[in-house]
Amino acid sequence: MYTEKVMEHFRNPRNMGEIQDADGVGTVGNPVCGDMMTIYIKVKDNRIEDIKFKTFGCGAAVATSSMITELAKGKTLEEALKITRKDVADALEGLPPIKMHCSNLAADALKAAIEDYYKKQKGKVENQ
Amino acid sequence: MLTSKKVYMDHIAGKPVDPRAIEAMLPFIREFYGNPSSIHSFGHEPRKALEEARAKIVKLINAERAESIIFTSGATESNNMTVKGVAYRNMDKGKHVIASSIEHMSVINSCKYLKTKGFDVTFLPVDKYGLVDLDSLERELKEETVLVSIQYANGEIGTVQPVREISQIVHRKNAYLHVDATAANGQVPLDVQKEGIDLLTLSSNDMYGPKGVGALYIRSGVRIEPIIHGGGQERGLRSGTENVPSIVGFGKAAEIAVNEMQSESERLSRLRDKLIKGLLESVPYAFLNGHPKKRLPDNAAVRFNFIEGESILLSLDMMGVAASSGSACTAKTLEPSHVLLATGLKHEEAHGSVLFTLGRQNTEEEVDYVLQIMPDIVKRLRAMSPLTPKELLG
Repeated sequence: MYTEKVMEHFRNPRNMGEIQDADGVGTVGNPVCGDMMTIYIKVKDNRIEDIKFKTFGCGAAVATSSMITELAKGKTLEEALKITRKDVADALEGLPPIKMHCSNLAADALKAAIEDYYKKQKGKVENQ
Repeated sequence: MLTSKKVYMDHIAGKPVDPRAIEAMLPFIREFYGNPSSIHSFGHEPRKALEEARAKIVKLINAERAESIIFTSGATESNNMTVKGVAYRNMDKGKHVIASSIEHMSVINSCKYLKTKGFDVTFLPVDKYGLVDLDSLERELKEETVLVSIQYANGEIGTVQPVREISQIVHRKNAYLHVDATAANGQVPLDVQKEGIDLLTLSSNDMYGPKGVGALYIRSGVRIEPIIHGGGQERGLRSGTENVPSIVGFGKAAEIAVNEMQSESERLSRLRDKLIKGLLESVPYAFLNGHPKKRLPDNAAVRFNFIEGESILLSLDMMGVAASSGSACTAKTLEPSHVLLATGLKHEEAHGSVLFTLGRQNTEEEVDYVLQIMPDIVKRLRAMSPLTPKELLG
């Protein structure tokens, strides 16, 4: 039911883990629904220098999390914000239709992490 | 697949057909193609085989007579026929139907359908083990209640219901008791007369017969009407030319079950207990679903906190092990199993459920293999999960 690409990311997820001193953290989903993911980013010169994820969920949830870290790493924040759910699904050579909405949360989690980064930066500027 | 090993522990989803049942079926696919209703000689062998199969089902459940057995296309049809056929036939008595909240969807959704037709439906609660609450059964039974539908045992959590006690309560109020024995048949001895069962659903594949065939036992005197109308086969209760090859295979499977059930169920219970004990001991935050004692011999239902069932199934599959889960992510509806939720589990607990259902070909070596790989699978997924407490990661 999953593509070989999805299974490959499920077997060998990229960038799994936490970043202790992350510049931005975004969590979306809910354990009640069965899918929840957290994206951690480290930003340098407006680029995503490092990115990691933690995910509770099905095979699609793990694979999309892993894939988004690959897609976002090294990109500017503006470029990263443009990554869509569809981009993630396409990069995985497709997801089962039923998983397109429930488990394809990685783009949202990345957005949340970048927004968290912006918010923290704004806070820093105001504190100065 | 990372391994050539193949361990099948998803017998609830489908069982291999016993080779002896296949052998019995073959002549009725190849040679005896006649219609059992035909008056000419081509109908004789199929008719004879049909009635021999019926006699084997009679023996399996100790029915009082052959006419009480109606062959159907399987448990879903038997359950639909019971719920709708009894409700429609007994409207003069009342329009109230009771079912437990952990019935198979073919009972639950038939009941919900009746609701749209003006019937009154009550779903009974169960306790944390999945046992039906007998007090609320007693309370909910009314003069207008025509049918109570309760499964013999639940396939997802293995819990076996106190059918005899339930029967006494139901019959005090003059309602019919329907028992869905799909998960139990072939594993536990069934006696419709001793246990006071008015209607009983049986499934062929669940006792190693072919798929697409089942039966409904209807005690003589029970008022029911057909839901499939046509040429009047099966005493007018289930029209359509009988599926003779499959019915023959079903009969053979029932005969084998009668002879081998006891020793096989003892063997499976030992494997089940070893699997459950091993999983609960080797993995922290692992819990049993269903009743610790009153459970089906084949059923090891366990849940692991902080991780999700489909991920566990995929990981097991990578190691060659087939199991199933009550997680929403493996369901077409995206809802966790109604059975697990009815036992009081939270959604996130239900998501982490894994169901191993054992069968004839499983060995102790295979149980050991699952016990050997499971702790690492859980550990890997927990390392990935944001819900895992820090002290578990170490």
